[in-house]
Amino acid sequence: MSIPATEVAVLDAAPAPTPSKRARLRFLRGGKTLTGLSILGFFTLLAIIGPWIAPYDPDMMSDKLLQPPSGDHWFGTTQTGQDVLSQILVGTRGVLLVGFIAGFFATVLSVLIGVTSGFLGGVMDEILSALSNIFLVIPALPLIIIIASFVSDAGDLLIAAVIAFTSWAWGARVLRAQTLSLRKRDYVEAARATGEPTWRIIGFEIMPNLTAVIASGFVGTVIFAVLLEITLAFIGVADISNWNWGTVLFWAQSNQALAQGAWWWFVPAGLCIALLGTALALINFGIDEFVNPRLRTETGSSRKIRMRVGFTPVARTTDRTNGAAGTNGSGPAVAAAPGRTPERTPARTPDKEPRA
Amino acid sequence: MKFVLQRIAFYAVTAWAAITINFLIPRLMPGDPVQALIARFQGQLDTSAIASLKALFGLDKERSLWQQYTDYWGQLFQGDLGLSFTFFPTPVSEVISQSLPWTLVLVGLTTLISFLLGTGIGVYSGWRRGSWMDSLLPVTTFISSIPYFWLGLIAIALFAVKWPIFPAAGGYDSSLVPAFDVPFISSALYHGFLPGVTIILSAIAGWILGMRNMMVTVSSEDYVMVAQAKGLSERRVMFSYAARNAILPNISGFALSLGFIVGGTLLVEMVFSYPGIGYQLFQAVGAKDYPLMQGVFLIITLSVLAANLLADMVYLFLDPRTRKEA
Repeated sequence: MSIPATEVAVLDAAPAPTPSKRARLRFLRGGKTLTGLSILGFFTLLAIIGPWIAPYDPDMMSDKLLQPPSGDHWFGTTQTGQDVLSQILVGTRGVLLVGFIAGFFATVLSVLIGVTSGFLGGVMDEILSALSNIFLVIPALPLIIIIASFVSDAGDLLIAAVIAFTSWAWGARVLRAQTLSLRKRDYVEAARATGEPTWRIIGFEIMPNLTAVIASGFVGTVIFAVLLEITLAFIGVADISNWNWGTVLFWAQSNQALAQGAWWWFVPAGLCIALLGTALALINFGIDEFVNPRLRTETGSSRKIRMRVGFTPVARTTDRTNGAAGTNGSGPAVAAAPGRTPERTPARTPDKEPRA
Repeated sequence: MKFVLQRIAFYAVTAWAAITINFLIPRLMPGDPVQALIARFQGQLDTSAIASLKALFGLDKERSLWQQYTDYWGQLFQGDLGLSFTFFPTPVSEVISQSLPWTLVLVGLTTLISFLLGTGIGVYSGWRRGSWMDSLLPVTTFISSIPYFWLGLIAIALFAVKWPIFPAAGGYDSSLVPAFDVPFISSALYHGFLPGVTIILSAIAGWILGMRNMMVTVSSEDYVMVAQAKGLSERRVMFSYAARNAILPNISGFALSLGFIVGGTLLVEMVFSYPGIGYQLFQAVGAKDYPLMQGVFLIITLSVLAANLLADMVYLFLDPRTRKEA
């Protein structure tokens, strides 16, 4: 849902001079992005080494039926005595693999369709954007359920392909809007005037300025793909012999784990999904804020500063009534730079002003 | 008027595309699962039922694809979606028409509530950027990353199993007969509370985030600054100047995310065994009931399209620029 803001933002952000490598990596420094990347890194590690560090065979049944978490079984056991922790560890790989494969192909599709339709314009644009709107409006979940259930054994790759096929449209729409706004920029006109071929204009003039949008679209699609994949496994449409977090939930649901009070059976898988989703969403926020400086929150800088209209931070004077009067334009509103001591330096910060 | 016609044309094309996809999927897939189903119910199916299933799933190999396509449309116009195998021998259209109202009410109410609440919170948190409300953002992000169905599972575990305040399943007390009277409606509300809260919790985060970001962007506009400088009350600037403009993208976003919300609602219904269309889909998947699955897909898609058209009309009403172009 945060994508509309990006659409607006890149209009301002794109013509900025090419940042140095350090500035380019600046978004890595934000707390949100860092948290997101480290959680994602953790899960990626689990996806690689999960099957080796799993304490038990996830399919192995034992006589410890439906045990709550203990030292032997950290996440407890299932109704047939399988180890829930092992199931989750082994299942991580499938989740990430499908998420990233689907995200990758959906992004490729959205770049192809979005940039082409934005750049070419005319009839081609009409057709392609109608196509992406159709895919946006048709509810994806029932469509995927139908496609997947007609195929007898839907493996990971097929699920990824179906997800990619149905979820490229949002990215294409955003990219098209962005390309449209870039197409008439001076430097693109200049490139055209010097006789650069179209593929070079698209590849070297336009695409670099779309990087952030493409990246955030990719991350968004991965979130979507992971959720969809787990949902499909939970409903029982995907192949349930492959372990992933949704399969764990499928067995928990079909064995009445809820009614038996076996919370350990479904809580860990859900928390893993939520953690992974949050990590990806945080990375996306980092990208959004990198692209659109207006969205950055300055909570850490000073508690006395209130963000006011026009992005001039207003220093709050001793009591609330005074501060409120200042906001209405009648009181002594003091503009101060965030980060410095607001009471003493009434200086305006150029980079926080709207760049109208 | 031109805008309206354009939108109607677009939705007509989309509906056609959805129906055609629905037509093609069973014909493109390998194997004949429906043939197997028919064989299983051999003695119980009468000839007209077999004929309608053949038309819907293209089992008649002697007819060309085009003839099958026209047959298919003919069937649809008669409202014949085949027979459901899960609820044999009830026609699919009857199964759907029984469960559709439940879904419509559930989706409608929860979407409306979460849209209003989320937009309201978004307006405030975007306006008071940098206040404690910013700490809501990570929380909402976390909640929105949770799949709907898992939140439903937790809700059942807590409020139906651990503390049995609410029923874990069903849409109304099974001792009651569906009717428009006080006991039935109150029972339906009581059963619908937990699924409803689940959907609202999951869906609200998107509205908060979208609205907050738009508020942040809009409140740096000159007209907001001017309104502020004129000395208008803060309430007035916030609602009549900033929020009024910031809400437009949220409404067009509303239309687009409707398909997603409906998908989530289907899942919540599955978890709560709510007698809506999502639960029917769930049962159909379990029983490999292809006619019912396809019918459900068709109806869901058409309803989402209708809702989208409605949202477009609201947009037209709210944004004078779209009217001017016509």
